[in-house]
Parts: sequence; C-alpha cells; structure tokens
Amino acid sequence: MDSGIEPVKENPVKEITTYTDSRDVLAKARQQADERNFDDVFIADIDAHHTETESWREIITYIDDPVVREQAKEMVFHRSGTPPYGLNGDLALRYQDVGGRIPHQAARSETINEAEIKEAGHRDLVLAKRAYEAMGIDIQVVFPTPMLFLGMHPQFDMEAILGKAYNRWQVENILKKDRKLKTMMFLPFNDPESALETIEEFGDSPGCVGFMVTSVRYKAVHHNHYMKVYRALEERGLPIGFHAGYYWQDPFMMQINRFGSMHALSFVWCNVVHMTNWIMNGLSERFPSLPVVWIESGLAWVPWLMQRLDHTYLMRSSEAPLLKKLPSEYMKEMFYTCQPMETDHPKALELTFEMINAKEQLLYASDWPHYDFDAPSVIWDLPFLDEQSKRNILGQNAKRIFNFER
Amino acid sequence: MGEIYVGRTEEFGERDRKIIAQGNMEIGVFCIEGEFFAYENNCVHQGGPACQGKIINKVEEVIHETEKTAHGLKFSETDVHIVCPWHGYEYNVRDGRHPGNKNIRLRPFKVDVKDGEVYVHI
Repeated sequence: MDSGIEPVKENPVKEITTYTDSRDVLAKARQQADERNFDDVFIADIDAHHTETESWREIITYIDDPVVREQAKEMVFHRSGTPPYGLNGDLALRYQDVGGRIPHQAARSETINEAEIKEAGHRDLVLAKRAYEAMGIDIQVVFPTPMLFLGMHPQFDMEAILGKAYNRWQVENILKKDRKLKTMMFLPFNDPESALETIEEFGDSPGCVGFMVTSVRYKAVHHNHYMKVYRALEERGLPIGFHAGYYWQDPFMMQINRFGSMHALSFVWCNVVHMTNWIMNGLSERFPSLPVVWIESGLAWVPWLMQRLDHTYLMRSSEAPLLKKLPSEYMKEMFYTCQPMETDHPKALELTFEMINAKEQLLYASDWPHYDFDAPSVIWDLPFLDEQSKRNILGQNAKRIFNFER
Repeated sequence: MGEIYVGRTEEFGERDRKIIAQGNMEIGVFCIEGEFFAYENNCVHQGGPACQGKIINKVEEVIHETEKTAHGLKFSETDVHIVCPWHGYEYNVRDGRHPGNKNIRLRPFKVDVKDGEVYVHI
C-alpha cells in the first residue's frame, strides 16, 4: 500500500479503560497545563482522593482495639464476599462510574512495576504522582473515599476506631513519603472526646494542614459539646473542613430513583444544613479566627443559601442574636472549594464568584479521580477573571490559610 | 486544509476506531456499521479525550404510548454513542451531537473512502 501521503502519528491508546495509565488518561490535562504554562503557577489542589480500601489490609493493622483489630484481620484475610471490614459505604457507590462509562472512577488498575513502588514507597504514591504531575499540581490535599460515610456508621465507636487507624496509616505511608501530599485529618466528629484526642494526636503530624469533618451525619454542629473541638483547632491555627457526601438512605433522598438526581441534591444538602446551623448559631462570632472550608458541594448552593438566610434573618433576628451582620456577610468570609463547579450558566457563575468574593475565598480542588473532577484549566479559562484572581484561586488563597510547610 | 491518510478499511473492525494525531490535534476515526465518522478528540465540556471513551448504544426510557407510564430502560437499536471517559458526556457517533443539547457537538471532519483507503479532511 502506498497512498503517496505520509501517514500521521497514531495514538496507541484507542480506548481508555480501568487499565489505562493515569498519564494517558490525563494526557489532555498535561497538554492544557503546558499550553497555559502551569509550571509557572502555584497550584494547590485542596480536595483529591485515594481509594483507601485498596490498602485496607494495611490500614486495619493500625487499629488500637485488639479485639476489633483481630476481627478485621480475620475478615480481611480469610473471608470473601463482603465489603472491607468496618466500612458502611453507601449503596450509591456502585453507580458512580455511570455503568463503566468513566473508568478512572471505577478503578485504576494500571500497571505499576515493583521498582516504581519501591522508589515511591507505596502504590498510592505512584498513582498520586502520575496524576498531580499531569495536571501541573504542586500541592495536593488527599482524602479517603468510602470513609466519607463513616459518620453514619451504626456502631457509635467505629468512626473513631477506623478514623484513627486511617490517620496513623496515612501519616506513615503517605504523608511522610511524599511531601507534596497533605491532608486534613479525618475527625471522628460523632464523638467530641475522640475528636479532641485526634486533634491532639495528629495536630503536629507531618502533612496535617487541618481537620476534616465528613458532612454526611445527623449531628448539629452548634451543639455545646463541639465548642472545645473548635477552640482546639482555632488555637492551633488549623482550618476545619466540611467534606460533603451523599446519603441515599436519607428519608428525603429515598424518593429519588436515579444516582445523578440524588447526587445533585444530597452532596449539597448536608452542607446546607451544617452551614445554616453554623451561621444562625453565631459560630463565626464565637470562633472568628477559625478558617472554615466547605468542600465538594460546588458553588451554586452558596448564593441560594445567602439569599434564603438573609431574607429570613432580617425578619427574625431575635432567633439569631449573636449575629452582628447578615448571614451572607459571614458566608462571604468563609472558604469554598470550587469543584464540581457549575459552569453551564456563565452569568450565574460570574455572579456567584462576586457573591462569595471568589478572588480571595475560593480554593481550587480537583476531586481526582472521581467522576466529576475538575482540571485546573476550569479556573484558568474563566473569561471574567483577571490573572491575579486565577492565581489566587489556584493556589495563593490556599497558602493564606494552610501551612503547606507542615 | 488537506487530507490525512488514516488506514485501509480492512484495518477497522465493527465499532473500531483509530486515534490519529497531527501536531497537537488528535482526531478519532470511527467505523460503525461500515460507515466512517471522524471528530476532534476534544470534549466540549473540559477538553477531555472524548474519542477514546466507551462506545455504547444510547439509553432510552420505555414509556407506554397512551398511559405515559414508565417501564424501565433499554438500549437504542439504532443510536450509538461515544462517551468522554473524563466525565461521561455522550455524543451520537453519527453526528457528534449531545442528546440533550444539539449545540454541544464534537468538531466533525469529513471522511472519504477511496479504493479501500480512509482519508480525513482537515
């Protein structure tokens, strides 16, 4: 065959699957980073994930309670057909990859050779590095995945037992070995005493830049027994984050039949409730130096809630006597991660940025490797931002509230 | 403007594809039921590798014609989609359009088959 025309290059990756190398999955993100010279932009990703269940055999060895630890080992090493010991992952986890359409959400089963693992120190570190380098990210704050549901565990003490084991595993195997990776430590919020112990044990750990409450739980954030937790964080200069999640078993959500519908509401609803309690009970007045970060609810909910709460407060200020200004003014002083950013209505997005003072309060987050991740170009390509605002959102705002030297 | 030689028709199986590149531009060339289609490998959403995603028939909902009751989901017998693997945006492989918004469309390229050889016009 000779067509007389020189053949062009052919990409050997015809179809991206769960076995495709992360660098090939994110080749377009690398291209975007090169075109935008992201190597010259400090990018801090405030919410990325790893799949802790892939390391569950290691994590359970860090459980304090000898009986629980033995049960966990027996189950993890010798029993089949059941989820990882102790976890109460939501039914909806089975639908996240849209029936195999989004492979990186389903699994990252790519080839990693032993030499790479040895050099990095852990398989998770190889995966993380492949992704953050592809996207041009300089610092990445990493969270677990199914553990985001632990706040709903029916066994009251299991959240603290597994949360502490995970934190210890993460310090030893992730944070000490790759200094570009940081975390907001898992805070077992259902038990304030355990939460306080967790702050004391991990507050000075390498890579700990704050503490994270998983928002899926039925706990009122304004209850008196949490005040010592907030005070401890404020005294240490460590931000608190509320990482959203969904809960399909919530009575209202149980009316919904499709994952996407439930996800669109539930991932916001938990933070709507916690934010409302935080504002109307004057926690911003009580802990004025505590940075509060709202993670992974997107942004569209914030202007909506600002309007709802301002409207209500002005008629019923006697129910929120600690407030010295409008709810929206407190909310404008809080921090938000951008992902998953609702970009389909540009005028609404621009107004949202104005209402939340995005140029100073918004923090870039990828949420990689989850199905609705955002590459840094999502911020960089916004037509209504000047370059300094883009740089602030991609990294400089985060530098103001997180100590990445830790 | 010019044409790019992609390969011979027999190199493509049913629902097969090639991803070819010229400079920074990648083009996905698809073979569906003997017809060829080509699009830029660049998702309208976030610039993901749309042409490297899953090829799967469009999902349809079964609605009773008069009672309007719902009776589950099924795969279309005619419409084939390519799905961007980054976030799941779906495009009809025959016209490159999103099922819910015809303005969301992969950039198409004309494909010619001459003497068993496949060419894309750019």
